[in-house]
Amino acid sequence: MIINHPLLGPRDAAEFTVLGDASLLHRPDGMTATMDDMHDYAYLRDNPAGLHRELWYHEQGDRSWLVVTRNTLTHDVENVELARDVARTEGRSK
Amino acid sequence: MRYSALKILTQGLTGNKGWTPAWREPDPKADYDIIIIGGGGHGLATAYYLAREHGLRNIAVLEKGWIGSGNVGRNTTIIRSNYLLEGNQPFYELSLKLWEGLEQDFNYNAMVSQRGILNLIHSDAQRDAYVRRGNAMRLSGADAVILGPEEIRKTCPYLDFENARFPIQGAIWQPRGGTVRHDAVAWGYARGADERGVDIIQNCEVTGFQMDGGTCVGVETSRGPIRAKKVAMCVAGSSSRVAEQAGMRLPIESHVLQAFVSEGLKPTLPGVITFGAGHFYVSQSDKGGLVFGGDIDGYNTYAQRGNLPVVEDVCEGGMAIMPMIGRARLLRMWGGVMDMSMDGSPFIDQTHIDGLYFNGGWCYGGFKATPASGFCYAHLLATGNPHPVATAYKLDRFRTGAMIDEKGAGNSPNLH
Repeated sequence: MIINHPLLGPRDAAEFTVLGDASLLHRPDGMTATMDDMHDYAYLRDNPAGLHRELWYHEQGDRSWLVVTRNTLTHDVENVELARDVARTEGRSK
Repeated sequence: MRYSALKILTQGLTGNKGWTPAWREPDPKADYDIIIIGGGGHGLATAYYLAREHGLRNIAVLEKGWIGSGNVGRNTTIIRSNYLLEGNQPFYELSLKLWEGLEQDFNYNAMVSQRGILNLIHSDAQRDAYVRRGNAMRLSGADAVILGPEEIRKTCPYLDFENARFPIQGAIWQPRGGTVRHDAVAWGYARGADERGVDIIQNCEVTGFQMDGGTCVGVETSRGPIRAKKVAMCVAGSSSRVAEQAGMRLPIESHVLQAFVSEGLKPTLPGVITFGAGHFYVSQSDKGGLVFGGDIDGYNTYAQRGNLPVVEDVCEGGMAIMPMIGRARLLRMWGGVMDMSMDGSPFIDQTHIDGLYFNGGWCYGGFKATPASGFCYAHLLATGNPHPVATAYKLDRFRTGAMIDEKGAGNSPNLH
């Protein structure tokens, strides 16, 4: 798989490690969240067959976190964004 | 029809005209006592033990494709019971005991071959850990022997004992481990279940669940609705997709594990050998090919194929312990989709929906578990209580903190 890094251009997927579902960006506030909220955040996944937004870390490269939208049936990479931009757009890391 | 040497002789003398199909191809009935979704090894074993151990007959196994078309035919065929934790080891030891009696039990040649499994040790710390594991295995009634390099040299002189980075300092050996002809496991269980009245319905995809006031009362399928008192999911690899139809989210991600076979070689490997410093395991099939594998690819996928970086990583693992493998050519490779759970351990449990049961999350260790998985799932379905060796496989264990994390990797499915 080739990941089209927004800053570095096409990079081999072997340079990255994968954390998983990009919903992990939305960690509940530990001071106010219920036990169920934290459990669901930490342990449950949608795990779709088809388009999946996921967090990739460019460990062997510029160490940026990316949100990769990828098809889990074909391995086609549809979209790559900087996780920082996604998080800000979605109201995180203000 | 009971298979025997006499049967082969008499059939051979009469032109082999008397053989009958090993299982029927029935149309689905309108309702059953129990529906098992998934005609893989675990689903067929569940049906077999429900019929054999609990006397239940009115059972259907629904399979989307043909039986055994999934992971029961895509694994590297290894059986063993060398786990550490209490929640796991007694379960896998029951499985190994069931493997030992399986062929006589279901009257089918599954080529169970207990040639032993050798887990290599490459450091002092690893020896300590493996001695501890060996003790845990022996406490559960399993067998485990710690070997030094000289004892390993007697059977495997070609290993790279003096490797500068990963010298081989010893091994933990389980003589009762080995390999099994995996397709024959599916066929043997299917034949045994069918003989006892179970309907095995192929090309029948479950497309939804019938709910009645919070109770599951049947399934919608590509061959029409079928009602049942109990519905049992058994579709590891596709668990999230099937459970989603019942509105469930699972502590599971789907990942691909690749497997490889070399060209046929003369007999060289006595049993299964695993690399302790990387991830590589290898055995030799009866046809002579080296059957081997390593890590999962690490990204969510439902495609039954992986990518080249893992091929390179696996082959490097092989070269590190067995340099001669570099002279063999890779013949075939393929991938299977795994349910990777949040702690690396499986689930055999009731769901929060009455009448709906779940078996899955087998990570890449499902094949060796096939008999015990079926045995314990049948026990749960028939009695309503978990089997004593499978009490830890709860779906809510992340809520209660009772995780079974053999590797200590936490809630990162791609690291187990």
